[in-house]
Amino acid sequence: MATLTLNGNKYPYQSNETVLDTLLNANVEIPHACREGVCQSCLMRSLDNSPPSLAQNGLKDTLQHKKYFLACRCYPKQDMTVALPDHEGNEIIAEVSGKELLSADIMRLVLSFEEEFSFYAGQFVNLKRPDGLTRSYSIANTPAQSNTLEFHIKRLPNGRFSSWVHEELAVGEKLSVSEAKGTCHYLPGKYDQPLLLVGTGSGLAPLIGIVNDALNKGHSGPIRLYHGSRDPEGLYLIDEMQALAENVENFDYTPCVSGENDREKFTKGRAHDIALSSTDSLTGWRVYLCGHPEMVNQTKMMAYLKGASLSDIYADAFYLSSSGK
Amino acid sequence: MTESLYNRLGGEAAVNAAVDIFYRKVLGDYRINRFFGTSDMDKQIAKQRSFLTMAFGGPNNYSGKDMRNAHSRLVDMGLNEDHFNAVMEHLGATLTELKVPPALIAEAAAIAESTRGDVLGR
Repeated sequence: MATLTLNGNKYPYQSNETVLDTLLNANVEIPHACREGVCQSCLMRSLDNSPPSLAQNGLKDTLQHKKYFLACRCYPKQDMTVALPDHEGNEIIAEVSGKELLSADIMRLVLSFEEEFSFYAGQFVNLKRPDGLTRSYSIANTPAQSNTLEFHIKRLPNGRFSSWVHEELAVGEKLSVSEAKGTCHYLPGKYDQPLLLVGTGSGLAPLIGIVNDALNKGHSGPIRLYHGSRDPEGLYLIDEMQALAENVENFDYTPCVSGENDREKFTKGRAHDIALSSTDSLTGWRVYLCGHPEMVNQTKMMAYLKGASLSDIYADAFYLSSSGK
Repeated sequence: MTESLYNRLGGEAAVNAAVDIFYRKVLGDYRINRFFGTSDMDKQIAKQRSFLTMAFGGPNNYSGKDMRNAHSRLVDMGLNEDHFNAVMEHLGATLTELKVPPALIAEAAAIAESTRGDVLGR
């Protein structure tokens, strides 16, 4: 007989029961609805053993990889330690090891850590300062760069956290970092698949991580990155991206400016419009979208209508914190 | 005992393949796309997945009353026979594209057809 562990409590598992049955019978509240593996409301995650494949059917590949499963379809064959999807894993403490202004309002923040910490390039974490103020930021580097995390922190008007990072946070100070979250990241496999990446503003951060991760893992298909902003000042790391595009044959980079600008080096227009019109069909493409929520949601739809498969579209919309920025 | 339609169609894998094709057809159809909200794509996809699971004879807990309630807002927006027919067309075309044998398509169509009265609130 297998045992389920949730939040430190143990639940003996009866054969022919699902994880959902076991937990509901023990009066544990688990969100659920259809009980047929369709609505996905009973999404949970295994913290140790891999869930049976039936329990992962229909989930996004990036979720499967992180051992997410549907409790209503999970008949465990071995002991499992499980958690609800909003479960907070262990925090680590990291130290500021670098700060560098990348543009007028974007700060590169580098944190160093010593504890064990795993992430996929493109995921995000919650950064928490000592008084508890917490914001989500995407990781801009890859796990290959050992024991550092890089972020691009855009200064928002009246943004309490971002202003603090820009003005006060000093090298040597410490921040808490949550476990890495999110499903918008590269997974090895289908190395010749073309990749389309579109980001606005600091949405470039996770995309740089994803591009580097894909290249490190030997992705051989074309990788096209479109970075957009209303004005040229909103773009950053332009020289670095252009240098990468020159050095790497299968990587292209297009900086786009939608407002008025007289500089020839930018493509005129909105990044997602230019990206979508660059190819007749997105059938067979893998698509990554990060940044402004309206851009992300609209482009997700357009990319799908242009032929990209639902399972091949990865998106991370950057919503501003509603509680006073 | 014959195998269920759901299993003969290929179960969940078939639903996954069909939802991609079906929802794209529906969204591309100006006659009906206004009934399929586009604000939250993930929610819409979950709904299409449930619909196809049901039409494929798969496991579902829908009662006629659920069907009625779920579509009453759309009926108020003007949902009618023509729109239902358009969805049936896309269901058939999707399965044809997936090379499902005509006899099985007819079975799935018959299941979907059985919801017509409830969907249209008659």
